[in-house]
Amino acid sequence: MPMRRSEPAFTPPTPFGLAPDGLPRLLPAGTRAPQGLQEHLARHGFVPYRDARLQLAADLRAAGLTGRGGASFPAYRKLEAVAGARGRPFVVANGAEGEPASSKDASLLWLAPHLVLDGIQLAAEAVGAQEACLYLHDGQGDQIAASLRQALTERWLARIDRVPVRLAGAPPRFLAGQETALVNVLNGGLALPAFTPPRVFERGVGGAPTLVQNVETLAHMALIARYGPGWFRQVGTQAEPGSMLATIRHADGMVRIVEAAVGTPLRDLLKADFGTDGTHGTAQAILVGGYHGTWLPAPAAAGLTLDNAGLQAAGASVGAGVLVALPASSCGLAETARVVRYLALESAGQCGPCLNGLPRIADGLAALAAPRPDARVRTDIERWARLVSGRGACHHPDGSVRFVRSALTVFAAELRLHERGVCSASSRQPFLPLPAGEPARDEDWS
Amino acid sequence: MEKQLRVNPIECSGHGACAELLPEMISLDEWGYPLIDPRPVPPALERQARRAVSNCPVLALHLNRLP
Repeated sequence: MPMRRSEPAFTPPTPFGLAPDGLPRLLPAGTRAPQGLQEHLARHGFVPYRDARLQLAADLRAAGLTGRGGASFPAYRKLEAVAGARGRPFVVANGAEGEPASSKDASLLWLAPHLVLDGIQLAAEAVGAQEACLYLHDGQGDQIAASLRQALTERWLARIDRVPVRLAGAPPRFLAGQETALVNVLNGGLALPAFTPPRVFERGVGGAPTLVQNVETLAHMALIARYGPGWFRQVGTQAEPGSMLATIRHADGMVRIVEAAVGTPLRDLLKADFGTDGTHGTAQAILVGGYHGTWLPAPAAAGLTLDNAGLQAAGASVGAGVLVALPASSCGLAETARVVRYLALESAGQCGPCLNGLPRIADGLAALAAPRPDARVRTDIERWARLVSGRGACHHPDGSVRFVRSALTVFAAELRLHERGVCSASSRQPFLPLPAGEPARDEDWS
Repeated sequence: MEKQLRVNPIECSGHGACAELLPEMISLDEWGYPLIDPRPVPPALERQARRAVSNCPVLALHLNRLP
């Protein structure tokens, strides 16, 4: 392998390919310092190019890797679809983390950039792409973008990368990472979702068949290519193997990025939030999967595991690995109302039902978050929720409605208090994170 | 071959012509946007469905073959 560098010569680890044991796999253990190229190569060795198309897809299939961006779609199927489509493919690493409660992709790009960049090269090779791009928010990630630019230059000079990778800026919008919106941005347009078909694997960036993979998915690919599907399956469940990054916001406000085996009990991830017996902790409810996700009562969540099989029984899914423990001191209805207002403002405004329905639902929730809401508000929200579900070009209305419905179920007791003019919350301080500049509160208890 | 009506919600501007031409399968929501019966179009209604498709002023309604 050509390694032309002016820095001290790199010594390959022996034996090559020795798989790291246990977790974390993706993030460097015990440090918050970014992993440079030398450390990365020392830990994982050179990029294991296959010099063949689609070999990686077979390994990913055996590994059972699914997309870590939220949809949990089998990674190998995307690779096969893109490789099988007509035309020279294009690869996009999706680092646009529009979800305000998630920061695992930014952490990965900061701490282990070379795993993601390895994954881009391997994915490009597997589908036969000669161009790739890394799409990420540039505002929040100025430092991240700068470090990635440096990493890309370093790799190019060391002749590690075979396919040039350019950085592309994602606008600071909730839907910026949605596949068709992403393609619109890369084609010089706005971050607006498109009607499908054509799907992006048929016609995407510049009309090319386009592989869009979340940056964490690509990092897992880089490890599977080195250590094999058997190694990947050493953690996780039979149905959902491997590990995943999670952004955990505890009830005390602390935020942690954790790499957990898929299937880890939520009780282990949210220990302090549940309390010792799982019912008398500091959290009243857990939000699973972010702002398109599902509220669960804390006692119910304490018995669940971080995998789709376990969460689906409770009507939730892992999404992009966001877990938020809402403290008992907050009002779940006020928190939900604040976020739904944000979601309504983040609608692309292209589809009639979403454009008309989400602001009305947001108004309704603001009324429920205030004292003595009109009795009709609850039924209005239910009707509007039915009217927007499944009627958008993208899943923004569906995800928003899932979030709203779960709130109305989980915070039903709180709603009865509000009907009597009482709120159980002792704090009006906003808890769920929103991008700066969003309205902090629109309920009025004065 | 069975066919299904589908609206492109981005193109649709809530004109409402489709619901007038095919009330058996299309109604309008409270904002004037079409609510479409997702079931296959019965053969007896296929002509009417085609008319609804060709009369949409923004060509947002489609009659797709079901796989």
